[in-house]
Amino acid sequence: MSILIDRSTRVIIQGFTGDKATFHAKDAIAYGTNIVGGVTPGKGGTTHLGLPVFDTVKEAVRATGATATGIFVPAPFCADAIMEAADAGLRLIVVITDGIPAQDMMRVKRYQRRYPREQRSLLVGPNCAGVISAGKAMLGIMPGSIYAPGRVGIVSRSGTLGYEAASQMRAVGLGVSTSVGIGGDPITGCTFTDILERFEEDDETDGVMMIGEIGGPQEADAALFVRDRMTKPVVGYVAGLTAPTGRRMGHAGAIISAFGDTAAEKAELMRSSGLMVAPSPAELGTTMHQALDRRSAGTVLI
Amino acid sequence: MDIHEYQAKELLSGFGVPVPHGGVVYSPDQAVYRAEEIGGGRWVVKAQIHSGARGKAGGVRLCTSEEDVRAAASDLLGRRLVTHQTGPAGKVVHRLYVEAAVPIARELYIGLVLDRRAERVCVVAAPRGGMEIEEIAAHEPSTILREVIEPAVGMQAFQARELAFGLGLGPQQIAQAVRAILGAYRAFVDLDATMVEINPLAVTDDGTVLALDTKMTFDDNALFRRPDVRELRDYAEEDPRDAEAAKHGLNYIALDGDIGCIVNGAGLAMATMDMIKHAGGEPANFLDIGGGASPERVAAAFRLVLSDPRVRVVLVNIFAGINRCDWVARGIIQAAREVQVPVPVIARLAGTNAEEGRRLLRESELPIAAAEHLADAAERAVAALHQPRVDIMPAAARAS
Repeated sequence: MSILIDRSTRVIIQGFTGDKATFHAKDAIAYGTNIVGGVTPGKGGTTHLGLPVFDTVKEAVRATGATATGIFVPAPFCADAIMEAADAGLRLIVVITDGIPAQDMMRVKRYQRRYPREQRSLLVGPNCAGVISAGKAMLGIMPGSIYAPGRVGIVSRSGTLGYEAASQMRAVGLGVSTSVGIGGDPITGCTFTDILERFEEDDETDGVMMIGEIGGPQEADAALFVRDRMTKPVVGYVAGLTAPTGRRMGHAGAIISAFGDTAAEKAELMRSSGLMVAPSPAELGTTMHQALDRRSAGTVLI
Repeated sequence: MDIHEYQAKELLSGFGVPVPHGGVVYSPDQAVYRAEEIGGGRWVVKAQIHSGARGKAGGVRLCTSEEDVRAAASDLLGRRLVTHQTGPAGKVVHRLYVEAAVPIARELYIGLVLDRRAERVCVVAAPRGGMEIEEIAAHEPSTILREVIEPAVGMQAFQARELAFGLGLGPQQIAQAVRAILGAYRAFVDLDATMVEINPLAVTDDGTVLALDTKMTFDDNALFRRPDVRELRDYAEEDPRDAEAAKHGLNYIALDGDIGCIVNGAGLAMATMDMIKHAGGEPANFLDIGGGASPERVAAAFRLVLSDPRVRVVLVNIFAGINRCDWVARGIIQAAREVQVPVPVIARLAGTNAEEGRRLLRESELPIAAAEHLADAAERAVAALHQPRVDIMPAAARAS
């Protein structure tokens, strides 16, 4: 079983009948994802894409046995939709929506603490590309065709940079087990560390590509996790070497505002924690290849 | 979104943060009138631009007569102030704030920020105000006090008291400081701020606590539910290109180099800039055109990038997901024809139908070179800088 979703995972879509959700749900179904229904308050009892629509997430879970959800609900109502999903006991919540207010996310994160850690759902996003297990299932907005099935795990803040990594893996003859976009907002659901932890335990993953950005403490925390807790090789890259301080680079979280926020500082911390750092964004695949080769040759990393 | 000092003072004082008597003015006459109204014989005339460190740049004047006020106002209005936060181009002063000058016994620092590790609001206080918090953090880190706020219940009075006592305030000031701190917290939460700074929070000679300078930044994602805050936007403070970009759903930041970038996705856009640097070039801008690379967006992106006269090459890097590359290529070709791009274009298309997209670019007979991959694209862009210019339109037409 892949780390987050598989062919058998029963998935619902929140905001199911919207245009964007419809488009991506079709894509996901075509890829092999087991979508079993959706939620749009007020449209319960109807069908959409041949699947049942429910008014509430709890009803949908009761009727379909879903354990995962993809959320496409517009930003002003999105925090509410996430909490509803958490309350319905879904194990995996993937939020594609971007533009959620930071204080709404603070509330969501606080709400999740109502549940003991082992019962807490894993929240991926918001403002992310989603999750794909190559050749099996996808819950997100990525182009499924670029992911060759294989044994490299990818975790990235940025969506398109995650695609870049996947296509570079393919170009050097590597494939992807699972790729997770954790999103570019200042407050994200799960962190790099949450995903690295799962890749470390995953017997379908041999090495991990981790793609960070300027801003925030997450990459530094993840680097220390790799140093202390991981046996599999991890290749790092941090986007934004050329980014000026104080300016927000597209993602709400991508702003250099504190010491340790710059790409150079993060990359240095990764290096000193034993990660191989790709020298440029064009060398994600080749660096991963080297890291796996070294591993199979039995050399100790750095 | 940033606002001016005087706007932040108005907002904060509505939440119980004490501020000196003052008012905004747009002319020397108004400044004198306002000073008379305030009275007291000592005033500060402060340039209102979206930047800290205005004092160091000469944007804050202490005046002891109405003639002083008039002279200061005449001198400051229309002046271009350069601080480390404005960049070398500086910002032109269009508004002034005239305020009663108070005798200061002590200056303190209070800041409220979103703590990304705690994922909560953090209130920071330091016993030496007037300095930038970065300087305090670098030189006297042990003096910085912090209170992390539990979002479910909000900031409690005891937390504000801990800060006030921690700052070494006397019994006479504790209640005043607590009121100011709790007011600032309520403003932060109720108005969806991402930063509130009172620096300095002053204790005057007679023991009154007053916010002498204030700064607020708001969450752009929450402006939809804060119409009163949105009203405070001052477009004169923003780069016109940023506003133009926002209109087309683009995200643009001007930089200093000469290779213009058009990319989809913020992370890939940053990586493309890094790649240009790695190849020995300098990016002219950050530009994320977002998910759908429609011909209209690509055309708007070209116009925006080319509005920077330093741009000598344009690098387009699109990783097509939902939109196939052949469609994106058609958009680029259409945009290049429409905008009459006067510089070489290097386009790298990846994702669905990439080969077809490259073929269309080759066959367009426009000066658009199709790059195979990221490194190839950056290297070609840098190489194009050293080649003679390929003009597809007469120089005269370009100048118009």
